Amino acid sequence: MAPIVSVSNLVKTYASGFQALKDVSLEIEEGEILALLGPNGAGKTTLISIICGIVNPTSGEVKVGGYDVVRDFRETRSIIGLVPQELTTDQFETVWNTVSFSRGLHGKKPDPAHIERVLKDLSLYDKKDNMLRELSGGMKRRVLIAKALSHEPRILFLDEPTAGVDVNLRKDMWQVVEKLRATGVTIILTTHYIEEAEEIADRVGVINGGKILLIEQKTELMKKLGRKELRVDLQEPISTIPETLSGYELTIEDEGHSLIYDYNTASERTGITTLLTALAEAGIRLKDISTRQSSLEDIFVELVGARA
Amino acid sequence: MNLEAVKSIYFFEMARTRRTLLQSVVSPVISTSLYFIVFGAAIGTRIQQIDGVSYGAFITPGLIMLTLLTQCIGNGSFGIYFPKFTGTIYEILSSPVSMTEIVLGYVGAAATKGVMIGTIILGTAALFVDLHIAHPLVMILFFVLTAITFSLFGFIIGIWAKDFEQLNLIPMLVIPPLVFLGGSFYSIDMLPPFWQAVSHFNPVLYLISGFRWSFFEIADVNPAVSFSIIVVFLAVLMGLLTWIFRTGYRLRN
Repeated sequence: MAPIVSVSNLVKTYASGFQALKDVSLEIEEGEILALLGPNGAGKTTLISIICGIVNPTSGEVKVGGYDVVRDFRETRSIIGLVPQELTTDQFETVWNTVSFSRGLHGKKPDPAHIERVLKDLSLYDKKDNMLRELSGGMKRRVLIAKALSHEPRILFLDEPTAGVDVNLRKDMWQVVEKLRATGVTIILTTHYIEEAEEIADRVGVINGGKILLIEQKTELMKKLGRKELRVDLQEPISTIPETLSGYELTIEDEGHSLIYDYNTASERTGITTLLTALAEAGIRLKDISTRQSSLEDIFVELVGARA
Repeated sequence: MNLEAVKSIYFFEMARTRRTLLQSVVSPVISTSLYFIVFGAAIGTRIQQIDGVSYGAFITPGLIMLTLLTQCIGNGSFGIYFPKFTGTIYEILSSPVSMTEIVLGYVGAAATKGVMIGTIILGTAALFVDLHIAHPLVMILFFVLTAITFSLFGFIIGIWAKDFEQLNLIPMLVIPPLVFLGGSFYSIDMLPPFWQAVSHFNPVLYLISGFRWSFFEIADVNPAVSFSIIVVFLAVLMGLLTWIFRTGYRLRN
């Protein structure tokens, strides 16, 4: 199947000379949830802005649904919904009007029933006649999401959607995201919260310094780069690792009370069984065993740190 | 053509006009009334007639133009500048809306508001002086064309302006002197020859003169010339706008 978003050799240099994107290529499949991770200034927002038509690319090409975002902007923009990072709202408008306005801008005929559904999903319906300036920050964030969903987009961009929002909104928002995913909407989100990407994304992209460092299925990524750690707590502390165990990558921790064994989950043999046998043969008595898998965060820090 | 979008922008802007009804409508009515009291009643009693027209009636077209120009530039510029200032412009830029449609929505709303206020002022003037409109259709043509042209001018200022100071620079500092020195309150025949010649470089003179001709058939310059000047100005603005849209100037960086 052709990707719904296809970015090829995208470069963006701002008038100031700052190069925000350096030859970025990327494909997004229809119906997937892609999380873009990256530190501030990595180029996430620039990339989204170009796909949505807010920023002109310096060179390269972006296609959405098979159409060019510059030449065929009507086709591409009418299927995209964007929730920006900044809380920018028309302070003096009511919730209902501003959400209806967004639908109209996208060329869709008024559909009060749809607007009502969107507002209810986001727990905004009882605030529909309030002016935006009367709403809290979290409520304004909900309004921005409602605006993006007002025209029933096939692709939804969420730029740092959970920055500074409370637990309730996060829960509501992920429910909405799940619901949209079920209807086949493609979702691209950028986030600082790696746990979020870990929880909801199908694929994860890491972007830094205007380059995509990697983009991979989340599970694959965790398997490939995810290291696991086996921690063996000992009954008696040891000061040195016995000769018979020198073939294993072991480190001593907690003043000799624990042995740490690093292994790769992707390899066929993890070596755990033989290690445990060898420990028993060496006369080391165990108190407890636990394992820990590296999180997406560890992977991210490692990647950005190593290649930045 | 994304007509839904044009309608949305237009009605969104008109809703803003409704919310600010007091300052949009009442304030121009009050200031026009003051002009009539000061210029019409106080000074007018000493001037009495210009080219056979009572002084109060003579200044009416100029007063309408003064308000029309300031209002249209103000509304046209504010309408597009405000979303830029608050950041809500992201939505316009990421919508399937062409630049022509954006202009139709914003400039259409600004011109409508200008025409509404101009009409109210015409009504207010009728309370103070005996108005006679010799060529109503020409009057409406000048009226509407000026409203559109200057709303478009305002729109360009709104795109160009980086802050509120720049936004107000032209409507506050450039337009009032041009209107005052463009024969709003006098016929340029009353000026010494040197200033008469200078006045011919003032584009607003042509607007007011043509507009006044449609009322009283008296003009400082040929009405056809006046009409051509507006059309030329409109064409120049459209050219400028086309360039802005092609380059994304100050909208899409």
